[in-house]
Amino acid sequence: MSSKPNIKKKIKSILTHVLVYSVAILTLMPFLWMILTSVKDMSEIFTYPPQFFPSKINLDNYVKAFEAAPFGSYYVNSMVVAFSVTIGQLITCSMAAFAFARMRFRGKDALFYIFLATMMIPYNVTMIPSFLVLHWLGWIDTYNALIVPGLASAFGTFLLRQFFMTIPKELEEAAYIDGSTRFQVLWKIIIPLSKPALATLAIFTFMGTFNDFIWALIVINSEELTTVQLGLSIFRDRYLTQWDLLMAGSVTATIPILIVFFFAQKYFIKGIALSGLKG
Amino acid sequence: MKTTKKNKRLYKKGDGFAAFLFLSPTLVVFVTFILFPVFFSFYLSFHQWNMFSNEATFVGLDNYLKMFQSEEFWQVLKNTAVYTLGTVPLNMAFSLLLAYALQRKLAGKKFLRTAFFAPVIISPVAAALIWRWLYDPNYGIINYAIGIFGIESVNWLNEPTSAMFALIVMGVWKTFGINMVLFSAGLQGIPDTYYEAAEIDGAGRWSKFWNITIPMLGPTIFFILVMSMITSFQVFDIVYVLTSGGPLGSTKVLVFYVYEYAFKFFEMGYASAVAYVLFAILLILTLLQVRFMKNRIHTAT
Repeated sequence: MSSKPNIKKKIKSILTHVLVYSVAILTLMPFLWMILTSVKDMSEIFTYPPQFFPSKINLDNYVKAFEAAPFGSYYVNSMVVAFSVTIGQLITCSMAAFAFARMRFRGKDALFYIFLATMMIPYNVTMIPSFLVLHWLGWIDTYNALIVPGLASAFGTFLLRQFFMTIPKELEEAAYIDGSTRFQVLWKIIIPLSKPALATLAIFTFMGTFNDFIWALIVINSEELTTVQLGLSIFRDRYLTQWDLLMAGSVTATIPILIVFFFAQKYFIKGIALSGLKG
Repeated sequence: MKTTKKNKRLYKKGDGFAAFLFLSPTLVVFVTFILFPVFFSFYLSFHQWNMFSNEATFVGLDNYLKMFQSEEFWQVLKNTAVYTLGTVPLNMAFSLLLAYALQRKLAGKKFLRTAFFAPVIISPVAAALIWRWLYDPNYGIINYAIGIFGIESVNWLNEPTSAMFALIVMGVWKTFGINMVLFSAGLQGIPDTYYEAAEIDGAGRWSKFWNITIPMLGPTIFFILVMSMITSFQVFDIVYVLTSGGPLGSTKVLVFYVYEYAFKFFEMGYASAVAYVLFAILLILTLLQVRFMKNRIHTAT
């Protein structure tokens, strides 16, 4: 018809691109600045006006940061805790979800509603008594203190239960006729069919545990058991404005998570959408 | 679907015991670390106890009275409210506009989504450390950036007013990605036919936004509003690392206050009382949400 509205449309589209991309770049700016700082020489960090790009990429800061604090051991601790909690939660949640989705027992609905209700209890209310329980068990400053309280999840149970409900029962019936136990049915039929839901739960739990800070701050005192997040905050207290070291430390705590996220993005988005719907 | 005779075979005898076995690991953790704590912290809130002595002294409502008479408590409550009122509207407006823009045909959507979501997934500790560097009074890039526009350098984290502002800006950056995803899901639920009908009537982009998008998103907006308020009220990690509650207690928030009393001064009773007040505030918000969702389901069916 006419080219005028087309040109108008094009200009609008270009403007939207410019706007959205500017916001994206601004959002990423802190990451970029962290990485650039971490490879700069001291003299290039402490200049004003700031020097944007390093004259050469310098990895000394990483060496110095790893010498100043045992980041390697922090990493091992965070990984041990995050993997244990994730695997533990996959097991406990799928068992509980199976009971809710496939078994009939007295008080099932009431129990399920109690489960849902616990999702609304903020951690600050349970934090103090949970600490006391761990204290009575003699678990303060042990791996147990970081792992055991995370071994069950109302959100995870709910998520898996919803997914299990969508699996047709015919497959299981055949297995029961062949004499399988409930545990075998869960393990051999339900679990293999539930990979997407399990992946969503696993990634959520892993990230949440890896990034956890307040709990580690409360229950861990010794350096051998310090996690990455706790270690980083201690590092901050010790090297207040040594930005070369602090940014190198921050990169080591951020990059692995960003890589995992990049490859598992769709599970993340799904999880957020689901957790958004849970209320 | 009703349970058919065939399906009944799945529910074998002795389900109760089997269910108990399947549920037991979860139940043990729940009873120990959620149910018992909820009641025990309520009990503690009427006692005075430093956790090292054998017995807690019953003090009635003293902890609550002490709290309501404490100037610091009101200051902390106010700080938390200011943080919430500062982050939530900004966050929502920003994330809704972005979600709306992302509805359109854009090049590199995957990159954009990753970019907006990246702050959400990284650890709050690392994020706050990065922002401390951005806010650095002498070499920080933020002071440099505002300097280009002729604004004088600010000692961001060391002045009471600017510290709260700095915290709010960082809080928005850290969380808007979640709301953007939720808004995107909400926007996708609006049928295209509504927009098409409006276009036939000659509605422009803004008219469509105000007359179709916003009303149709009503429930999503309400949901995100309450969720964001609940999370903002519980902010801790970024405060701990960015400002440590300072300067002069200007960014000390409720959870920080609970943490201090419980794990620095070991006043378990008083800390539990404060935690319970926070719980009450959050519960009101949650019930509002549940009630609203219920109404929605009723009107929908």
